[in-house]
Amino acid sequence: MSLPATTYTATGPFAEGWQWLTDPANWQGPMGIPVRITEHLGYSALTLLISVAIAVPIGLYVGHTGRGRVVVVSLAGLLRALPTLGIMTLFALMATSTLSLMPAIWSLVLLAVPPILTGTYAGISAVDPQIVDAARSMGMTGRQVLFRVEVPNGLAVILGGFRSAVLQVVATVAVVAFISLGGLGRFIIDGLAVQDYGQVLGGAVVIACVAIALDGVLALLQRLAVSPGLKEPAGTPEPAARTRIHP
Amino acid sequence: MQWFLANLPQVLALSGSHLVQAVVPLALSVVIAVPLAQLARLNKGLGAFILSAGSLLYTVPSLALFVILPGILGTKILDFANIIVALTIYAVALLVRSTLDALNSVDDGVRQSATAMGFRPLQRFLAVDLPLSVPVLFSGLRVISVSNISLVTVGALLGIPSLGFFFTDGLQRNFPTEIVVGIVGTLVLALLMDLVLVLLQRLLTPWLRTATPAPTAPTATPTTAAQPGVAA
Repeated sequence: MSLPATTYTATGPFAEGWQWLTDPANWQGPMGIPVRITEHLGYSALTLLISVAIAVPIGLYVGHTGRGRVVVVSLAGLLRALPTLGIMTLFALMATSTLSLMPAIWSLVLLAVPPILTGTYAGISAVDPQIVDAARSMGMTGRQVLFRVEVPNGLAVILGGFRSAVLQVVATVAVVAFISLGGLGRFIIDGLAVQDYGQVLGGAVVIACVAIALDGVLALLQRLAVSPGLKEPAGTPEPAARTRIHP
Repeated sequence: MQWFLANLPQVLALSGSHLVQAVVPLALSVVIAVPLAQLARLNKGLGAFILSAGSLLYTVPSLALFVILPGILGTKILDFANIIVALTIYAVALLVRSTLDALNSVDDGVRQSATAMGFRPLQRFLAVDLPLSVPVLFSGLRVISVSNISLVTVGALLGIPSLGFFFTDGLQRNFPTEIVVGIVGTLVLALLMDLVLVLLQRLLTPWLRTATPAPTAPTATPTTAAQPGVAA
């Protein structure tokens, strides 16, 4: 069920971790590092797809109309306080099949919805009301105001919320290995089980690198996607952008 | 409910160690982040370095950090210290930024009057700048406190005692009640910590209670607005 154990010639945690990382056997086969990275990113992508489909329309609606503000803010706050590990284990127990993926995905969705929702809502409602009024008086319909004015103007904040959701989801997917799924957390959980600290440390380093690389790509995208007319909106709140609630 | 009452001593013991692992990083982060923020304010280059180092460390997933730290610190994998150091790192990364915003939001006129009244730099920092930053500082602390309470449960995967034990144990024993007790317990702890922080903030900012209208004046800075939904 796991990789062929690396025979360590080195001693000390970091030397072992390095040896594990550079052992070619760990980079191939159905349980090798590349496959685990693909699984990890796959789970994350599925979670984010569902979360965006839920949170963005609600956030756009609330931001555009101003209705349901209080509900959204307090609901998001409540969701943030939920321990994802607990929700995940609970969902896993309630599911019919112990090995199914969806219970874990739903618990991750609960984690990703608040930052995306508050980001979208805050991005839309932070747009200067004068700009919105100007758009209306030019004869734009509600839909045109939303998609041609409010969304482009609020994009930096909206993407900030998304980026923070990605960060949290990628970090938390490491935990799903505990309920017998794949992903990069496998190396940590399996390594701990057999006291193979080289594997634990090597796996941890891979997770950290994936998270940092992904965050860097998103930061770049965020910069590219935002209209050059909105240079450094000084004082624009970056809603909850970097709050870590979960692993 | 029955299970909860029967296991009350264990619930309380685990809540205790859970709280220790969540509160100590919170306290440490204030002690570390405030001087760092002041340093960052005084030296722009150093400030940029501190902020980017912080956001880089912040990106490292907690499960990874929990297991990397024993290698660096020479601690055992089951030590509380790993969780405490990891959470302190996250907390400092977050708090330096909001403290910096808080210190920057202090009115320059106030600062100049304090200097004119004969306050020396350190004295002025402790007696004027810092107290005026308390509301923003605390809004950062409240976010961190909720996140800490939740993150501590992940330590259970490594066998470190906290309410997260009920999640791992409940899963292995196929016993949902136990998991629910763990979730509710975690939520209660988060709520309690938030209440304590709100009370502490009121104690530390008596002038905000006497000011009749506009009680939210200092909290209306961008940093606070940047953390919606903390109140839960």
